[in-house]
Amino acid sequence: MSTDHHKESIWTKYIFSTDHKIIGLQYGFTSLVWLLVGFTLMMIMRYQLAYPGNPVPIVGNLLGEGGIIPPEMYNSLGAMHGTIMIFLGVVPLAFGAFGNYFLPLQIGTIDMAFPKLNAASYWMYFVGSIVMIVGFFVPGGAANSGWTSYPPLSVTATMGQTVWLLGMVFLITSSLLGSVNILVTVIQLRAKGMTWMRLPIFVWTQFITAFLLLLAFPPLEAASVLQLMDRLVGTSFFMPSGLVVSGVVQNYTGGGSPLLWQHLFWFLAHPEVYVLILPAFGIITEVIANNTRKPIWGYKAMVYAMVFLGFMSFIVWAHHMYITGMGTSIGAFFQTTTMIISIPSVVILTTLFLSLWGGSIRFNTPMLFALGFIPMFGIGGLTGLPLGLAAADIHLHDTYYVIGHFHYIVAPGTIFALFAGIYYWFPKITGKRTNETLGKLHFFFSFIFMNGVFMPMFVQGLAGVSRRLWDGGEIYAHAADVLYLNEVMSISAWLLGLAQIFFIVNMIISLRGKKTGETNPWGATTIDWTDTTSPPLGHGNFETVPTVYRGPYEYSVPGADKDFTPQSEKG
Amino acid sequence: MDIPYTVKDRPDTGLYNGKLGIWLFLASEVMLFGGLFSAYVFLRTGAESWPTGADILNVPLATLNTLFLITSSVTMVMSWASLKLKEFDKFKLYAGLTLLLAASFLVVKYFEYTAKFHHGLFPSTNNFLGIYFTLTGLHVIHIIGGMIVIFFFWMPGAKMWESDPDRFTNRIEIVGLYWHFVDLVWIFLFPVLYLL
Repeated sequence: MSTDHHKESIWTKYIFSTDHKIIGLQYGFTSLVWLLVGFTLMMIMRYQLAYPGNPVPIVGNLLGEGGIIPPEMYNSLGAMHGTIMIFLGVVPLAFGAFGNYFLPLQIGTIDMAFPKLNAASYWMYFVGSIVMIVGFFVPGGAANSGWTSYPPLSVTATMGQTVWLLGMVFLITSSLLGSVNILVTVIQLRAKGMTWMRLPIFVWTQFITAFLLLLAFPPLEAASVLQLMDRLVGTSFFMPSGLVVSGVVQNYTGGGSPLLWQHLFWFLAHPEVYVLILPAFGIITEVIANNTRKPIWGYKAMVYAMVFLGFMSFIVWAHHMYITGMGTSIGAFFQTTTMIISIPSVVILTTLFLSLWGGSIRFNTPMLFALGFIPMFGIGGLTGLPLGLAAADIHLHDTYYVIGHFHYIVAPGTIFALFAGIYYWFPKITGKRTNETLGKLHFFFSFIFMNGVFMPMFVQGLAGVSRRLWDGGEIYAHAADVLYLNEVMSISAWLLGLAQIFFIVNMIISLRGKKTGETNPWGATTIDWTDTTSPPLGHGNFETVPTVYRGPYEYSVPGADKDFTPQSEKG
Repeated sequence: MDIPYTVKDRPDTGLYNGKLGIWLFLASEVMLFGGLFSAYVFLRTGAESWPTGADILNVPLATLNTLFLITSSVTMVMSWASLKLKEFDKFKLYAGLTLLLAASFLVVKYFEYTAKFHHGLFPSTNNFLGIYFTLTGLHVIHIIGGMIVIFFFWMPGAKMWESDPDRFTNRIEIVGLYWHFVDLVWIFLFPVLYLL
């Protein structure tokens, strides 16, 4: 990295840049687009659920004969909604975008440890996401076996599944490069004085997330390789003997086990749950500490809880598999670990909640999203407990209750946190302020309609309505009483989509606005706000790399001349 | 401003960035092969019958291959040690030998594979052969990847010895760590697939 200011072309400066901030923005823009795409797929599906068998307005012609979504297409949309939201949307935004942009600034380094690998990671993700979308245009449409891709269904599925697996290989490689980079950066490149217990919680969450990605994704890569072998070479790792599909005996050697896939898949996908939520905790902690103007309550408890959470997340995976007929002793083990892992989650939520106590809270847009996060994540977490116990899970498994549960974690949970992060760090990236009125409208409408979409799912699920039903449960007598909720949820979903216009308009207006000239508008203590050059940041981030003298959340220190004391302030 | 610790060790961790990076990468690789070995155990314990590897596979050839790979690990260390002793010519010799041994491994593997196909034994024949071809195939891809990198530092990349010898030595250490890992995977593959 040389400091000579030769003239860079637009290609090297914005497209193939190795600067962590540009790569962070690339991740950010791409993943926001995919979030919108994934959400659009769901808005289309919700039409079919609310009015089964009726032609879909506006986009109907793209979908099938007479504008009605055919069942196979519905399955594709469902599988791709999950895949896009998780692997192309939320994780790249939470880890790729926020991690890349703000982690080096918060620990006081001029770039990531491996800038070229960083760029390679983004481009792997980009190619992988394109491969995923190509699936829609191959014969038989995109992958249609759910985002979990359970065999034997996925092995006998159409070509879209092969494309899905190839896309996964790219995405796994991308996350591998990204996580190695984050880990090395945190371990090696912390500024002088930035000891482990002085790291902002945001850095801790990214660090633990990187470990989870590093160690949990490879088993899914192994599983993807095995499934590719099953599909392309004709092995039968996941295919049992004597499989019959639609009355036709399948031509496989057999002897394999569909359960093998489930084990390998959930060994990834349970840590993945914490990959989705940990960065959200990090962002929320920064916002809450800043806007209550007091230190986080229980910093160390929070750090230890997160480390413990990360470790435990590797030994709870089979709680997704209670109804596969596993023995009661194995079930007992996984029920116990699942109950244990709820403890650190509660510790983290409690520390955040207690941090509000006695603070002089500023209700700005990022803080509203952070305050919305706490009860929403609470609902998502508490409704998960019955799913962690085998007896209750047998009734609730694969119903809308499950959908409601994890969407409360990811949608009004993680996505609210991501919005909080965008509003909070927008002045850092651009040097401008967002519009508070539009931001508050965005929050309140999102908050109402998020609950409108997901709260009725608990009711439907308890009534026994299965997920992945093309007609939303219309043919089942036991669903008749709760069927009217489908329309409530669908209308909420579309209004939720409309509410995002406030966000888009706000971003456009704010980007066109004037620079405020402030470097630290929120009065924050972490060095990403206090020691960097004025935004937008140039190459190198700092005029001189700061030395750190204190912990990350020294707000309202008694006797200090202002209500925040930056980490780099001596004494 | 430069990124610190690209060549020199950070005092409190005792590592330079690349070395820590490759260790983390190898941790991830352990999980990849660990997942596949677990799949092997899962399939075998659930199978009605499972062949003994030695009845189907060629143990003498695999023993020869084991020898090739272990020797190549030794020459890999020698090439790095030669750079530490500032003996560039010896580095060239040992890195070249490593490449030769790796290529010999691939040739033997080629004969093993074609002999299997010749006898009508394919990955789809049964799950033992399926996992055999998957595991060894993935291992062969790792060998080829390592060979490409070693070849690069052996020929065009060796120019760096003139401009930045410390950094070049570190690079050889890193590719060496990777190479030992690939060797280690084979040390597990050989008994599990051929002997058990």
